[in-house]
Amino acid sequence: MMVDLSAIVSAGPYLMQGLWFTLQITLVGVAGGIVFGSLLAVARLSHNRLVAMLATAYVNLMRSIPLILVIFWVFFLVPWAIGWLTRSGRPVAVGASLTIFVTFVLFEAAYYAEIVRAGFRSISPGQYSACDALGLSKFHAYIYILFPQAIRAVLPILLTQTIVLFQDTSLVYVISATDLLGAATKIAQRDGRLVEMYLTVGVIYFLICYAASQLVKQLQRRLAFGVR
Amino acid sequence: MIEIDNISKSYGSFQVLKNCSASIARGEVVVICGPSGSGKSTLIKTVNGLEGIDAGEISVGGFRLAPGVSNVAALRRSVGMVFQSFELFPHLTVLSNVTIAQTKVLKRSKAAAEEKARSLLARVGLSAHIAKHPAQLSGGQQQRVAIARALALDPEVMLFDEPTSALDPEMVNEVLDVMTGLARQGMTMVCVTHEMGFARSVANRVLFMDGGEIVETAEATKFFDDPRTDRAKAFLAKILKH
Repeated sequence: MMVDLSAIVSAGPYLMQGLWFTLQITLVGVAGGIVFGSLLAVARLSHNRLVAMLATAYVNLMRSIPLILVIFWVFFLVPWAIGWLTRSGRPVAVGASLTIFVTFVLFEAAYYAEIVRAGFRSISPGQYSACDALGLSKFHAYIYILFPQAIRAVLPILLTQTIVLFQDTSLVYVISATDLLGAATKIAQRDGRLVEMYLTVGVIYFLICYAASQLVKQLQRRLAFGVR
Repeated sequence: MIEIDNISKSYGSFQVLKNCSASIARGEVVVICGPSGSGKSTLIKTVNGLEGIDAGEISVGGFRLAPGVSNVAALRRSVGMVFQSFELFPHLTVLSNVTIAQTKVLKRSKAAAEEKARSLLARVGLSAHIAKHPAQLSGGQQQRVAIARALALDPEVMLFDEPTSALDPEMVNEVLDVMTGLARQGMTMVCVTHEMGFARSVANRVLFMDGGEIVETAEATKFFDDPRTDRAKAFLAKILKH
């Protein structure tokens, strides 16, 4: 069997569209995941037992089920849930993109929460006392003092998790979304070019992830020697 | 200025503070000393609410602390604290360390906060280092920044929790000099310290603690020349032997 390069070239624009959606999912997942995850981390460290327990339960639940199942839940169950809540009697359609964005934020937040929590725990208790002694409010202490230090401490792990997230986006093919892998699959099946398409996307995934992991390595070296 | 009225505190079944009472006047410099584990640090941390109390009452200026009182933000604004391990914010510059609480807690403008910070940093002899990060400074310099950071909120009382214990010997004096300067200017100060020379020459009074109790309270010179209690005599004999 011969590899047909022209098939790859002609599929290029469609694959790039898919890649763009993959990157969008990644960006939304990272931004939303870190924001929601940080709130979960703060909640888990809260002295309010109920708040801490709810956050812990959420994180443990999300970390104990496969991502693919969460995608199905949000895709199939949320329309019914919205329909039921609004008493319209039937499911309300939710777009595939919105489903995917929501899913990734909900799911990845659990993982980011654990990473950020580790960052908070790496900060010496004296820093918390110093914030208290200066009269800083909890909100100000977290925003200006604790969160920046926590993120710095776990930045390499945070970025590694982001690379995993980038790869996990390929799972959206189960609801027929056109991400990079989805685009490749559609062309592969239409034109019978399975080898070309799956090789091409493999190379694209590899290049992006490898470059990102090298970046993490660089960063780790700079953080190790640089002034905090 | 500070009234500590019969306070007690326990960690589980271990009682760290037993019915401690003390009264500190405005402008007074009081040193708390005693063997390690005697409750000195815990006592000083109850004054700004970093440690809660199980019984008794503390009043600082117009503010009141009692078991279960949790609204301590206003009190902390008027009480500055310096820690043994400095606890500067490592990700901020020296200047930002001194301005952050001014802008966030007192809502001062950035310009006013920086002006105040610059003058305080000049006062502790660190004008040349304002753009550096804490990790680039020596321990003595870091502790002086920490003092400037606490002074930036114009506190009425300064608490020092073993401010020189984490320092190399050659840096102890630069910090004590700053503290002596503060005392001369009339700041009300409570210091947990092992620096007996400082206690003798700068402090008005000494509180001697042992086993969670305030065993002896005396004028500084009197405490060192003629301690009344046996426990204070034994303590002084141990530390002043060399």
